[in-house]
Amino acid sequence: MSFLIKFIVAAVVAGTPLLFGTIGEIMNERVGHLNLGVEGMMSLGAIAGFMAAYRSDNFAVAIAAAFLAGAAGALIYAIVTVTFMANHTVAGLTLTIFGIGLTNVIGFYYLGMSENGTMKLPEHVTSQMRSISVPGLSDLPVVGELLFSYNPFIYIGIVIAILLAIFYNRTQAGLNVRAIGENPAAADAAGVHILAWKYVNIIIGGGICGIGGAFTIMITNGGVWISDCVGGLGWIAVALVIFAAWKPVNAIWGSFVFGAMRILKYYVNKEVIHIPDAFYDMLPFLVTAIILVIVSARQVRDKAQPAACGTNYFREDR
Amino acid sequence: MRKKILSVILAASMIAACLTGCGGAAATTGTADASAGSGAGLFPAVPKDQIKVGVIHITDPAEGSGYTYTHDLGIQGMQKNLGLADNQIIRKNNTDDGDPTAIENAILECIEEGCQIIFATSYGYMDTCEKVATEYPDVIISHGTGYKSNGKNFNNYFGRIYQARYLSGIAAGLKTESNKIGYVSAFGKTLSETGGGIDAFAMGVESVNPDATVYVKVTNSWYDPEGEAQAAQALISDGCDVIAQHCDTPNPQLAAEEAGVYGVGYNSDMSKDAPKAVLCSVMWDWSAYYTWAVEQVINGTWTGENYYGGMKEGLVTLSDLADFNDPEAAAKIEEARKKMLDGSFNVFDGEIETNDGQIVGTKGGTLDDATIQGGIDWYYKNVVEK
Repeated sequence: MSFLIKFIVAAVVAGTPLLFGTIGEIMNERVGHLNLGVEGMMSLGAIAGFMAAYRSDNFAVAIAAAFLAGAAGALIYAIVTVTFMANHTVAGLTLTIFGIGLTNVIGFYYLGMSENGTMKLPEHVTSQMRSISVPGLSDLPVVGELLFSYNPFIYIGIVIAILLAIFYNRTQAGLNVRAIGENPAAADAAGVHILAWKYVNIIIGGGICGIGGAFTIMITNGGVWISDCVGGLGWIAVALVIFAAWKPVNAIWGSFVFGAMRILKYYVNKEVIHIPDAFYDMLPFLVTAIILVIVSARQVRDKAQPAACGTNYFREDR
Repeated sequence: MRKKILSVILAASMIAACLTGCGGAAATTGTADASAGSGAGLFPAVPKDQIKVGVIHITDPAEGSGYTYTHDLGIQGMQKNLGLADNQIIRKNNTDDGDPTAIENAILECIEEGCQIIFATSYGYMDTCEKVATEYPDVIISHGTGYKSNGKNFNNYFGRIYQARYLSGIAAGLKTESNKIGYVSAFGKTLSETGGGIDAFAMGVESVNPDATVYVKVTNSWYDPEGEAQAAQALISDGCDVIAQHCDTPNPQLAAEEAGVYGVGYNSDMSKDAPKAVLCSVMWDWSAYYTWAVEQVINGTWTGENYYGGMKEGLVTLSDLADFNDPEAAAKIEEARKKMLDGSFNVFDGEIETNDGQIVGTKGGTLDDATIQGGIDWYYKNVVEK
């Protein structure tokens, strides 16, 4: 039983960077922009968050820096695709390559200046970023461990996802934003500020991806800088968007399910169940493929990709 | 039409000129070397101020802590030991070891810049090194961690890291209270390097604590920051209170530190990453080999033999013990170290019981180097792969 709880806790932690990446990408695709730069924006967030934490020794500053760095990456993408109407796929891939490269260059530079080839976050910020303890609640059996034992990132991610869900489903502005992703010409005719909303969604989405990047270096890698710290999570987030059917609330449990699939191989007792490791490695992608097939076969309209996703909108083409 | 033919002929003649030009340059360097000859080796001696050393790295040494960093520390150590200038070392970083063209280009660039010896530090470079070595018999290509060689200008170097792993097992066996020791490994017993390392560690554990079990989790990658951290967390959840590792990032040690348990680092001294957790680190000091090899080339005594150094040669070391080790650890480790150095103990001695009830080795004998390097496909009796 306690082993099962530990597995669930580990799955939630493994899923959290995916949650940020997925929410960020949902915000992009909801305004019709297929942004494949998630990995790059997460990388930028990682180096910015890390360096800010390293210098300021303050968790809030680190999160803000990660958000701004991710948003800056997204701003480049937004200018290129929204204003100059470049191909989304090419622009996104370029952002990924640029983001990873710039991150590693900065990392190398600071590692080269460090004393012994290691950069580790100072004590104070380390204690802030690690698991919280709510007096009374965290000590409860089972519930305490399942709900109140995580690091602050997880709560931030869930709050963002819920706020975003409320925005999309319960507000006029949210409905307008969704209309942009489905049919920008109609939204434009209805008086929605297409350009402004595209910029806002893409940039905030990028910032959220950046926070996910900060998670990878601060939690997964324990606050010691290493190269390529995001390690492909950004790509899994792009797949997760499909799994979550472009809905922020689905992203919460979807990312935890993906997290569980990613750590499964370390928690299955190999003496009892012997399946090759490669099977576990492909599991998240296999599940995504199956979901894609099911969704497209059933043709449920509210679970499909926003209709205008991946295309540019040029007002004078109407 | 005539213009086309003309341009084709022009292009062809340019290519031909290029080819002969390159060939000519290579030939002249070859004869220049031969005239400087003295010494007993296969190659003539090279004056110290004229030697150039090439290094092919899989990543960038600046990444810190891991595999390439450790190799580059060895190169820097060699440079210092022999007093070479910075421009005598040619580094080719970020050479993908799955891309034969990139590897070949990196080696050829080193040759073009005049390197007499080239160190290729990653396992995956092996086949390309073999090929280039036959094409350029005047250049020495020294390949690390593999098993191929030609006895002349292509050799293999590696080390008895299992000796240091045995010693670190003593520290782990004495420290554990739950008698469960975790081990995050890139690969399991499918690879002799990792399998043998796990076995040596487990034998060190068993020598001081027969009740302890070593639980192994395999990540299937030399470099998987996330997987290594998660594997370590899973082991800790399972009750392990010492986490050893055979993979490139310090993440298992950081996971141990966060959970308040202990660990054994690898490659470089990981106490700088996780000072509250690392009992000791199993370390390579590649400068021992690089200094030896470059010296052979300078003196003209290169014989093309393979190198398999250990504790005695200083290639393999155990870091200083952290002060939170078990009080007995230092003495017990020193005792075993002495026996290794004087040759009375070789880790894989006598009959060895595996975890599936087989017996490996013979009474009074010890496993030969070929078996240790390529034939350990079993786990010691106190090992469980989970």
